[in-house]
Amino acid sequence: MKVEQGLLYMESHEWARLEGDEAVVGISDFAQEELNDVVYVELPEVGDVLAHGEVFGTVESVKAASDVYLPLSGEIIAVNTDLEDSPQLVNESPYGNGWFVRIRVANPSEAKDLLSADGYAKFLAEEAEKGGH
Amino acid sequence: MPYVPHSDADRAAMMKAVGIQKMDDLFQDVPAHLRYPKMDLPEPLSEMELMAELTAMSERNADLKHFMCFLGAGAYCHYIPSVVDQIVSRSEFYTAYTPYQAEISQGTLQGIFEYQSMICALTGMDVANASHYDGATAVAEAVVMAHNVSRKKRRKVVVSPFLHPEYRATTRTYTQGLELTIVGDESVRNDLPALLSMVDEDTMCLIVQTPNFLGELEDLRGVADRVHSKGALLVVVADPISLGLFQPPGEHGADIVVGEGQPLGNAINFGGPSLGFFATRENLVHKMAGRLVGQTVDAEGRRGFVLTLSAREQHIRREKATSNICSNEALNALTAAVYMAALGKCGLRRVAELCYHKSHYAAHRIGRIPGFQVMTQKSFFKEFVVKCPVPVSDLNDGLLEWGIIGGYDLGRDYPEFTNHMLVCATETCTREEIEYFAEALQEVAG
Repeated sequence: MKVEQGLLYMESHEWARLEGDEAVVGISDFAQEELNDVVYVELPEVGDVLAHGEVFGTVESVKAASDVYLPLSGEIIAVNTDLEDSPQLVNESPYGNGWFVRIRVANPSEAKDLLSADGYAKFLAEEAEKGGH
Repeated sequence: MPYVPHSDADRAAMMKAVGIQKMDDLFQDVPAHLRYPKMDLPEPLSEMELMAELTAMSERNADLKHFMCFLGAGAYCHYIPSVVDQIVSRSEFYTAYTPYQAEISQGTLQGIFEYQSMICALTGMDVANASHYDGATAVAEAVVMAHNVSRKKRRKVVVSPFLHPEYRATTRTYTQGLELTIVGDESVRNDLPALLSMVDEDTMCLIVQTPNFLGELEDLRGVADRVHSKGALLVVVADPISLGLFQPPGEHGADIVVGEGQPLGNAINFGGPSLGFFATRENLVHKMAGRLVGQTVDAEGRRGFVLTLSAREQHIRREKATSNICSNEALNALTAAVYMAALGKCGLRRVAELCYHKSHYAAHRIGRIPGFQVMTQKSFFKEFVVKCPVPVSDLNDGLLEWGIIGGYDLGRDYPEFTNHMLVCATETCTREEIEYFAEALQEVAG
């Protein structure tokens, strides 16, 4: 299981990659592994303006459906339409071709509330330990 | 957790919380003499005596074995070939329950898959679910789906005044928490062009029934394009028997096709159980409610059937499911499938043709009775409207004495149509029965 460096994470397992005043958003390797085979991804519409922490889509696997939350407030400027026909990209490449949306970041200061890669890895380790008890 | 009944202390705490002194206080709204009425029951009977008594009671019903029926209005009397009951009564099939465990339900799942496939062929659509409770709930689910397709952004539903009145009522009840605006059915003058002019950028769907509640066929040419140009969906409610003869709604560009599946081999049974069929386009399947059976292969490449796209449903998606109902009318859907398979494409077309010709003969014959006037102007399928010289309820009371169940009293739903009877004639009516009905109408009215 991989936690990609250089990304910002949420405890609900979404990541954001800052690129200037834009950000790309997806779900982590841990999340895709927990979900198992992704069969459908419901994405927002380009132009939707959503707040930090708001639900922006849903991931369906064979036996589960999970909401996904936006790490940073902003306007949706692109969605990954490849996921319509190839939802398995989320499993194959969670940090690459399996990205969900691209946003124009409304409030860059929100980034400080997100976890670094190391912080997220530590969070996952703690959770695993809790689960072990 | 153990199943412990409430203790006295629990009861005392609960009664204190809701502010009552004793349990009887909860029932104070029920008049005292009705709470424990004295039951004046007769002496017990033997099984043989009881059967005789119950049979005598049941024979007081005006059932279709002893009465001719010219009543339709949503539930239709069609001939059911013996093979239908023979097959669905097999113990392997005889459960009303929707399957959860694919591994042990292959036969049931295959039956549902074939039902879905035939509904798709009949409606001209890509995908059909395993059925809803009835036509009314299928319409209501279509509205919920259209709302979800618009991502809950659109609030308006435009509905024809000639969608079945009970379907409109059910849709309003079903969707009351969604804060929708349902318009179009406030006036019988709202014909299809008028309804189309109400479809705007806030409209999630237009709902049209064909043949409509008055039996008339609606002209769907160009309707889908007009609806789609506003970004809305076209929902068509259809009589499945009529689809054996007329162009399927899918070919007119409908996005959702629903209807009452009872005419497909299911008896009227004093009003149910029934089934609602529901079909849509493939690109909308993730927004569809209901169970869906798909065909797949197992690890060894053998054909098998499974519940498909279950993540739409309530047991997985909880409050965000496409519907709160994730069940189906499995036995009724199977019955419909066996009926369609038994008749085949040509048989279904023949049934539809007979309905068309017999109802037109009936209209022609009734139109010649003095004082009666056939009001239906447009093309109709198996029902038509007759203006009567006396109240319809009086006519129907008189007809019962002739051994006839008369038509539907349209004044019940449409004040404009007081003294208007909706008459239905299907393939089960003989020419002699139609003549007898016309004679009875003339005598009873005179």
